[in-house]
Amino acid sequence: MKELSLNVLDIAKNSVKAGAKNVVISIAETSDTLELKISDDGCGMTPEFLKNVTDPFCTTRTTRPVGLGLPLLKLEAEQTGGNMSIESKAEELSPDDHGTVTRALFYKNHIDMTPLGDICSSVVTLIQGNPDIDFLFTHTSPEFEVKLDTKELREVLGEDVPLDNAEVLVWITGYLKGQYNGEE
Amino acid sequence: MKSLAELAAIREKMKDRVVLREGQGDIRVVVGMATCGIAAGARPVLSAFVEGVANEGLSDKVTVTQTGCIGICQYEPVVEVFEAGKEKVTYVKMTAEKAKEVIEKHLKGGSVVSEYTIGSNQ
Repeated sequence: MKELSLNVLDIAKNSVKAGAKNVVISIAETSDTLELKISDDGCGMTPEFLKNVTDPFCTTRTTRPVGLGLPLLKLEAEQTGGNMSIESKAEELSPDDHGTVTRALFYKNHIDMTPLGDICSSVVTLIQGNPDIDFLFTHTSPEFEVKLDTKELREVLGEDVPLDNAEVLVWITGYLKGQYNGEE
Repeated sequence: MKSLAELAAIREKMKDRVVLREGQGDIRVVVGMATCGIAAGARPVLSAFVEGVANEGLSDKVTVTQTGCIGICQYEPVVEVFEAGKEKVTYVKMTAEKAKEVIEKHLKGGSVVSEYTIGSNQ
């Protein structure tokens, strides 16, 4: 992957596939590190599946028995001296409290750090493809704080206008970019 | 910065058009967005279709959706165009630039851009 934001898009799709209703994507930066966390309330994974989940030959896809989403994220984290971890509670074992949390820590000044890239575009793409799921996106650093909560947008839009409406998507892009540019 | 008031204005504007949306979907554009597609550059292709369809005023007849792995990873980014009563068209190795051309010639003009289809790239 050329950008970390593409991994975000890819990994968040696992949450979608797990039937999540809420997906929280947070990026927290310090001067030295970047921590990515994607959590969902989807069906989760059993301990057996979880053990093998970073094996490229472990996948839920049906077109071929290879899945590179998590292995790629793990590689990108480890090549900066960081790490990746996944916690999960399977719905079949824990019906009231289930879901998955994927964390990846990057040392962003390392020469092999993958640039974050166009994260706004990834967030908008996720909303476009899954207008019925609620996404909470936060990105914090010593310099800025960016937040987008689709629940808040839904309150304004009511039931008539879906989040994947073209004009709404344009608005979301502008809303995110405005926050990054420090506009009032 | 974009304000929530602007979002409320979009809602007001869309109120009258909700009924129109029901009739949408004569043409369906499907972009492959699995790991293989994303790694090959599918995100800007999808964005180009979403923006292009909105800007060209095609929203009433064209729907843009995402799908998983189509199974021909070596040809990603792959875009399929479904139209009622016509054969499916599969565009391969797409870019945002090619997407603009497909919007103009195929979605608007009705003629398939043959040089980008899978048949011309095998």
